[in-house]
Amino acid sequence: MLKTLGNIVGAAIVAGLLTTSTYAQEEPIKLGIVLSTSGPVGFLGAAEENALDMLVHQVNEEGGINGRQIEMIAYNDNSDAAQANTFTQRLVNSDEVDLIIGGTISPIAMAMIPIVERGGVPYISVGGSLAIVDPVKKWVFKTPHTDRQVAQRMLMDLQDQGSQKIGVLFENSGFGQSGLKELKAYAGEYGVEIVAEEQFGTSDTDTTPQLTKIRDTAGVQAVVIFAGAGAPPAIATKSYANLGMKLPLYLPHSAVSPEYLALTAGAAEGARMPTALFVVRDAVPEDSAQKTIIEKFYTDYEERYGVVPPPFAANTYDAGLIAIDALKRTTSLDKAAIRDAIEETKDLVGLQGVFTMSPEDHHGLPFTSLKMFVVEDNQFKLLD
Amino acid sequence: MSAQFLQFLFAGLTVGAIYALAGLGYALVYSASGVINFAQGQFVMLGAMATVGLLGAGLPYFAAVPVAIIITIVVGMLAEKLAVRPAHGSSIVTLIVITLGVGELIKGSVQVVLDRSTHTLPSIGGGGTVDIAGAFISTQGLWVIGVTFLCVLLVGYFLNSTLTGKAMRAVSCNRLAAQLVGIKPDRMLLMSFAISAALGAIGGILITPISFISYDSGTMIGLKGFVAAALGGLGNAPGAIVGGLVLGLLESFTAGYISSAYKDAVAFILIILVFFVTPNGLFGAKSSERV
Amino acid sequence: MSGDTYRVAGLILALIAAYFVIPDAFVMDLWIRIMLISVVVIGLNLLFGYTGQISLGHAGFIGIGSYGSAIMTAHLQIHPVLGLLAMAVATGFFAYLIARPILSLKGHHLAMATLGIGVIVTIVLNNETAWTGGSDGLVVEPLRLFGGPIYDGGQWYVIAAGMLVVVVWGALNLVRSPAGRALRAIHGSEIAAQVAGIDVSALKVRIFALSAILASVVGSLEAHYLGFISPGTAGFGRSILLMTMVVVGGMGSVFGSILGAAILLLLPQVLAAVSVWETAAFGIVLVATMIFMPRGLVPTIGSLVRRRAR
Repeated sequence: MLKTLGNIVGAAIVAGLLTTSTYAQEEPIKLGIVLSTSGPVGFLGAAEENALDMLVHQVNEEGGINGRQIEMIAYNDNSDAAQANTFTQRLVNSDEVDLIIGGTISPIAMAMIPIVERGGVPYISVGGSLAIVDPVKKWVFKTPHTDRQVAQRMLMDLQDQGSQKIGVLFENSGFGQSGLKELKAYAGEYGVEIVAEEQFGTSDTDTTPQLTKIRDTAGVQAVVIFAGAGAPPAIATKSYANLGMKLPLYLPHSAVSPEYLALTAGAAEGARMPTALFVVRDAVPEDSAQKTIIEKFYTDYEERYGVVPPPFAANTYDAGLIAIDALKRTTSLDKAAIRDAIEETKDLVGLQGVFTMSPEDHHGLPFTSLKMFVVEDNQFKLLD
Repeated sequence: MSAQFLQFLFAGLTVGAIYALAGLGYALVYSASGVINFAQGQFVMLGAMATVGLLGAGLPYFAAVPVAIIITIVVGMLAEKLAVRPAHGSSIVTLIVITLGVGELIKGSVQVVLDRSTHTLPSIGGGGTVDIAGAFISTQGLWVIGVTFLCVLLVGYFLNSTLTGKAMRAVSCNRLAAQLVGIKPDRMLLMSFAISAALGAIGGILITPISFISYDSGTMIGLKGFVAAALGGLGNAPGAIVGGLVLGLLESFTAGYISSAYKDAVAFILIILVFFVTPNGLFGAKSSERV
Repeated sequence: MSGDTYRVAGLILALIAAYFVIPDAFVMDLWIRIMLISVVVIGLNLLFGYTGQISLGHAGFIGIGSYGSAIMTAHLQIHPVLGLLAMAVATGFFAYLIARPILSLKGHHLAMATLGIGVIVTIVLNNETAWTGGSDGLVVEPLRLFGGPIYDGGQWYVIAAGMLVVVVWGALNLVRSPAGRALRAIHGSEIAAQVAGIDVSALKVRIFALSAILASVVGSLEAHYLGFISPGTAGFGRSILLMTMVVVGGMGSVFGSILGAAILLLLPQVLAAVSVWETAAFGIVLVATMIFMPRGLVPTIGSLVRRRAR
């Protein structure tokens, strides 16, 4: 049974080899990262890791935080919750990191939570679901806007536009499902009624049957397509255009990306979506408090990677900003102290908005930081 | 109401043609060798992604498409020579795991060499939709359906009426006997991989304007293609086409009339029921001949 | 018989020794997962490696066990151990019901039908959001034994190792028994087995149900251990992975099942070193293993060792 021993020793050696150490006077800060840089959502994770890598490099070049360098230990979970769970174990128990950023999509973030909660390691999640921080968990924080905020902002605009009866086509992913749930929960508050709901799969290539049913439902005044990033929102939008439907169309923030415009190639004309201001660089007003950081983000990213950063990169960039800000305010590397410092984040200007956290709010982004955009001439235009 | 029915029909035919094109490659390799090539979906992806990459590198469309198809054919032949042939004589599942491994290698390489984003390709003739009695079908969908039928005719002609095609079928029926009459089984297997890679690439390039493509799309396309081929009797090229269309129509009508939440589940249940009624697939009677 | 006794004793000693050598909680975690999944792979190997009945949907049974346990403990306040047993019975019954029609199918139709079962389970888990939490998954309560919750890796190691030993011992016994010989006869030729007086379909149904029960039990344990489950637990990709574990470790080899599980769970950890090339490297390792050891690791190495000894 030597093979048993051999495997354990092998795994231990591998674990040792993988920790890249950076030389510094003070003991370095160990930042653990679990992102999906391959698999179905690999396109999200790759940009997210780039943004963090860039931020950490900049901090280290400027001499680190309070004399400490940041050492990044990054793992790819292959878009698989079970692997993310293992790698989080590895970060908490084997690498003994001081804090963790990651969880590209909500189910993966949810799979990481039990381990950081048990291990007592501060964790800034980049998943979208509200469930990550509601109810509040001691060690868990998150950056991007929640699906509830996006749903509320959509409903607000529907009300302003006078659409009272809507049909919803949602992707049967976690994002789409919770989008529908939040729309249903808040529709009444905004005088909106959901008269048709249909769903489609992430890898479906056509949604015309579902949209036909929504179209043929009596009284529908607007359609909401609640789908995540990548192909799904574009597939549904193309089906919508193929059917020649002319009702007002709404999509969530995840659709606001150059990729969506390239894939739909004109099919999205007139579609409305709520998103953070930074997503459309040219739309940021000169006097905005966020102008400096947004410009810095775009310039640095393009210079380093030669491409325009996709919006998801902001999820980890903001997480990085929150972490750095908190670490500056702590002198020791005590995990509880770091956690407390993150919870005390106040008026931190990030890409997605201005973060102010509290013991009751581990997210800290106000709902008003979402703006409505419309697709015009295959470009995103800021409304009002 | 009838416009609604027509719309479901068109959606089902378009999606079904995509599945059928993916299924055709399985049928061809299986009929030549008895190998279930789970890398087939990755050939589809590779053909489309290579076209995307070549267009990005500045090649015009009419040059990028043949080059991408040739790249895919070369990869298909390499897969046969370096991975499938050395395992000659192994059990079917060993070969399945090998083709799964080849698929992972293709997927993993595309992800690094090209990128991880979702892409589209130009539609043939500029795209747009056709309005038939109040229901719409995209022109690209018509192209997919047309080319699918053309492919199955060509494949059918090749297998039934050319010497090479007959030799290929002979190898699948009885390898030893084929060898005795002077057929080289290895060359036939190599050729079947080359043709199915080409079919995959053509399919990928055609369906991308409708379904989009990323390095990760191959797995799902491959799964649907396998279902289409198995439904049609696996070693049967026309069967794969019918299987694909049936699967597409099942999904579309279930989504339209029953439940969009359970469309894939209902499709699967119906397929399993079909197997109980006709244990050899839709084309059971012919399966021993393997068209 | 005595050979098997030595083997099981060796396994027990190795597992005890490993417990004291494991350097940290992460490696401990990996080992617990390997031991748990090994149990599923052994069950699948009995069905597939010995009896020759392919299943591309066994992760579905893991999913039924996981979600059943999670829902019963959370919504109905049932004790985790009771939940686990109830799900084992329920899954066994379900598998028994569907086994007879499904196992009458052959070859790729059987593959398709089992694949369909896995896919349908995943779809149900994904859609019934009120019970399952949908795609976002479900938080699961910890396992409780002797009153208290079990979080500690060491305790889990003992539970997983104990179950593995029992299952290995049982599987070795089954394989050597007349029933085991009958299973292999079915693999060789169903008709010949029938002619020899074996009730082929009854035996196939029983082994299918047994492998489903093992998957369900592991699913329940895994849910409590991880503290979180999502529909991917039951997914198509995972069913294929289980299948690959059987083939890589060695069809018709109980110890090969453990080795196959260990290798395929450790590979992502090892391949993290080649970062972006991880997926491609995984493919190469898979292809190379199957080319050089087409019968799987344990049978191939076993026959090499025997040849050398001669």
